[in-house]
Amino acid sequence: MQIEVLLFGIIADLIGESNISMKINSGSTIGDFKKYLIANYPQLKTYTTYAIALNEAYALDRQIIQQQDTIAIIPPVSGG
Amino acid sequence: MNTISIRLISEPLSLQKCYEFVDDPTCGGIDIFVGTVRNHTQGKAVEKLDFSAYSPMAIKEMQLIAEKVLEKFEVFKIAIHHAEGMLQIGDIPVIIAVSAAHRVAAFEACQYAINTLKETVPIWKKEHFEDGEVWVNAHP
Repeated sequence: MQIEVLLFGIIADLIGESNISMKINSGSTIGDFKKYLIANYPQLKTYTTYAIALNEAYALDRQIIQQQDTIAIIPPVSGG
Repeated sequence: MNTISIRLISEPLSLQKCYEFVDDPTCGGIDIFVGTVRNHTQGKAVEKLDFSAYSPMAIKEMQLIAEKVLEKFEVFKIAIHHAEGMLQIGDIPVIIAVSAAHRVAAFEACQYAINTLKETVPIWKKEHFEDGEVWVNAHP
């Protein structure tokens, strides 16, 4: 299935986009997604400090991604 | 009655609005934390800060913090307001206001809220120096 991934902060700079489209297998987990990500974007290999958000909430590696889900890569935050 | 006010806006924040939101005759104390843009970091002069956010999630996370505060501390109301966009030295990126019957809860709740915001809310600041720009915290 096709998924859209939102990028922010330094990750958006490293990849050069504010959102990317990726193809992943149905039933993939967040953990699987992280592997696809590094495979497709090797510049992230040396930069691995980020969280993943699924539908606007922090996600665990074991959570399953479904069609129409929104994924975002959250680099270390610095609000406030 | 609404006891939580969350804002993420590109206009200047208002101390007055935060105060008026949390103020109540049942409360004996209001604690307000104001974050401000300072002019230096690690010995280097800062020109301005650019705040960007994953807006819908930032609002959700600020809401979660506010709900947690009301659950954990004996406070009455809380306002968490954050600015986004380019901020100059002296501008205010964040205000946290808490009202309570007694001051200890207000102090503790306010500190908890800002400390948690800095760990969980998806907002990022980029420091602008004379010779370039750097994302804060992003370089291990």
